[in-house]
Amino acid sequence: MALLEAPGSPRRLRDRLVRAVEAATTPLLPADYLDLFAPLRSGADLRGRIVSVHPETADAATIVIRPGADWAGHVPGQYIRIGIDVDGVRQWRAYSLTHGPRADGHISITVKAVPQGKVSNHLVHEAVPGTLVHLEQAAGEFVLPDDLAARKFLFVTAGSGVTPVIGMLRNLFPVTDEGVLVSDGLDGHSLAARPTENPLDITVVHVAPTRPDSIFIDNLHELHEAGAITLVDRYDDVHGVLGVDQLEELVPDLAERTTYACGPAGLLDALGQHHEERGLELFTEQFRPVVISAGEGGTVTLEKSGVSVELDGTTTILDAAEEAGVLMPSGCRMGICMGCVLPMREGAVRDLRNGEITTATPGETNTGGVSIQTCISTPAGPCHIDH
Amino acid sequence: MTTITRKDVNPTAHLTPEDIEQIGVELDAIRQDVIDSRGASDAAYIRKVVDVQRKLELGSRAVLLASIFPPAWIVGTVGLSVAKILENMEIGHNVMHGQWDWMRDPKIHSTTWEWDNASTAEGWKHSHNQVHHTYTNIVGKDNDLGYGIMRVDEDQRWSPFLLGQPLWNFVNACFFEYGIAAYDLELGKNLRIPREKRSEAFRRSAKNTLRKIRKQATKDYVVHPALSIPTGSFLPTLAANFTANLARNLWTHSVIMCGHFPEGVETFEKKSIPANETRGEWYVRQMLGSANISGSKAMHLMTGQLSFQIEHHLFPDLPSNRYAEVAPKVQALFEKYDLNYHSASLPRQVGSAWHKIVRLSLPNGWLAETNVKNAPKQVALLYKLSTGGPKVRRAYDAMQRRAENQKRETVAA
Repeated sequence: MALLEAPGSPRRLRDRLVRAVEAATTPLLPADYLDLFAPLRSGADLRGRIVSVHPETADAATIVIRPGADWAGHVPGQYIRIGIDVDGVRQWRAYSLTHGPRADGHISITVKAVPQGKVSNHLVHEAVPGTLVHLEQAAGEFVLPDDLAARKFLFVTAGSGVTPVIGMLRNLFPVTDEGVLVSDGLDGHSLAARPTENPLDITVVHVAPTRPDSIFIDNLHELHEAGAITLVDRYDDVHGVLGVDQLEELVPDLAERTTYACGPAGLLDALGQHHEERGLELFTEQFRPVVISAGEGGTVTLEKSGVSVELDGTTTILDAAEEAGVLMPSGCRMGICMGCVLPMREGAVRDLRNGEITTATPGETNTGGVSIQTCISTPAGPCHIDH
Repeated sequence: MTTITRKDVNPTAHLTPEDIEQIGVELDAIRQDVIDSRGASDAAYIRKVVDVQRKLELGSRAVLLASIFPPAWIVGTVGLSVAKILENMEIGHNVMHGQWDWMRDPKIHSTTWEWDNASTAEGWKHSHNQVHHTYTNIVGKDNDLGYGIMRVDEDQRWSPFLLGQPLWNFVNACFFEYGIAAYDLELGKNLRIPREKRSEAFRRSAKNTLRKIRKQATKDYVVHPALSIPTGSFLPTLAANFTANLARNLWTHSVIMCGHFPEGVETFEKKSIPANETRGEWYVRQMLGSANISGSKAMHLMTGQLSFQIEHHLFPDLPSNRYAEVAPKVQALFEKYDLNYHSASLPRQVGSAWHKIVRLSLPNGWLAETNVKNAPKQVALLYKLSTGGPKVRRAYDAMQRRAENQKRETVAA
């Protein structure tokens, strides 16, 4: 379209204006100044501000966040990656969104503080309204199909695995002051407390160590009593640990249902095998798929160079990579100049000066990985470096 | 000053190798204390400084839009000068050192930062972080010793060109950012190489530096003055930007001169540094090769905490806001090992550094030996040395050295 590119066209004019403003702010960008005043504006990196923190159980809380203007929305069941500074260090984690799209435009995540969990403990116990957080757009395939007509579902949730499911359920059955609204799920009309007309057939099997540990258990019971779902809750301290082979007993029409499961890896693996043997449909969602634990030495993979070297934990990554013929950025070779810094995508390294361990867990780092100084680092387990 | 190994009394002579290694262990422990305790309050500090600096710059530039009015010119120029100083010193220099990399914030990181200076971040990180901080004060290896255009150590050879060095130093101070850019490029060395033989790396860096200088100059001397046209303030704003850059240059130059040039700061011979210098030995070199500036909190902020030059050189990657707290521990260590913790006020350090620039612009010993009575004779000698060529100068140097040795022997006897 020649017309669009003609001089004086709005687009050309805008580009020129942007360049002029950039010329006034160099070496910074106009955004660096705008961020001081409007970090949630359209066009900014996606961020959010914590609006409120609601305790759910002794060690879980729902964090309500006002997302930036460029938030693209989500489908219940999806998760977001959130970056928050804990003790001054930016940490990234993924959490399920625990509401459907809300009228106020806010989003919410529900976090359970896990032992030694840096981010989860911070979010549950220390996060305060007003805090700026960094966000990525919602992602994840753990969502209900568009067409819900005549479908029967089973949700299996273990512990905090209830979070994506509660997002879906709250979207299907909004809770108001008058009680649960049971939607017909077909044309969007909501019918207050008329369980008999609820065409959706949903069973939720929820397992947790104890009832007081269970996030959203009151909501699940409310939904159950309103006839929106059939809840089967099982607690380890009362019923013993649930085995997947008990499912058919708890859910007699299991074979007619599509299963959505979210929980720890052990349960999901067992469930996967169980469903596969019976030819049943299963969708799963699991967080923290990789746990990095530090050891002594390991294989360093330089991804772009396509080189792997095996190290004993006393040689630096820089020396070993150069030995293997890779052209590495380097400088002082004693840890002071930052000339050798490269992003580690995954793995763990040990600082040879003081033994400190740095880990990069996929999904829990900046998109680029974690920067490490190769001249004073040795692998503490297998590591992948972007070079 | 003379490199420590050629001095009458080597200030490290009383240290055993075990002492030196122990100093290393103790300094490592001080460093570790800071690393273990750095956290949210440190992060809040640097973010606050960045926030204040940017708002101050914006505000000052806004005021300068009406700089035709003298009060606006003064307020805007002072504000912009302070903003530029903060940006270069407390923010740029320290962020590029990786002092804040631990926050894992890609926006405040050594790998992404670019500063308001003619020198590119890449060039600066190489010449400063890598060369200067690793080879601090080693004559012939650390180009910061005189930036390749000045003589700041007795062991650097004198030539008549150096008579002008007080002037070069002043000019360099006024246009310091360009001096740094030229220095990062090793411009002098590279320009002596025939054009076609210059390295690819140099050509690339030179191109990047020129592009950066063009953008910097366009911002300060075209865009902002042009924005002031509606109030008829084009020229006043141009002058304000020039003044702010000049003030920033003079200030940073003074602070940086105080770091390594004052009398009494030690230098080192290349051949005296072992090929595999230990961490302890490196630490001791940093301890003796730097000088602090005493002063108020505001003064430390405006120097980017380079008033704690000794602490900065020991721990270049620790957050700058923590230097003040480690300084007493470092000073106690100096006392324990009977080493000279070099600290004085800004006027004294600047005066001392300038004294050295003037003294070493002249042949070794010339200034000390000159008095009113022998002045004509000394001037004649200086003329002879300046016009006599290298042979005459070498003979003079030899004579000076003999005289010094004799003096040493007399003292020993």
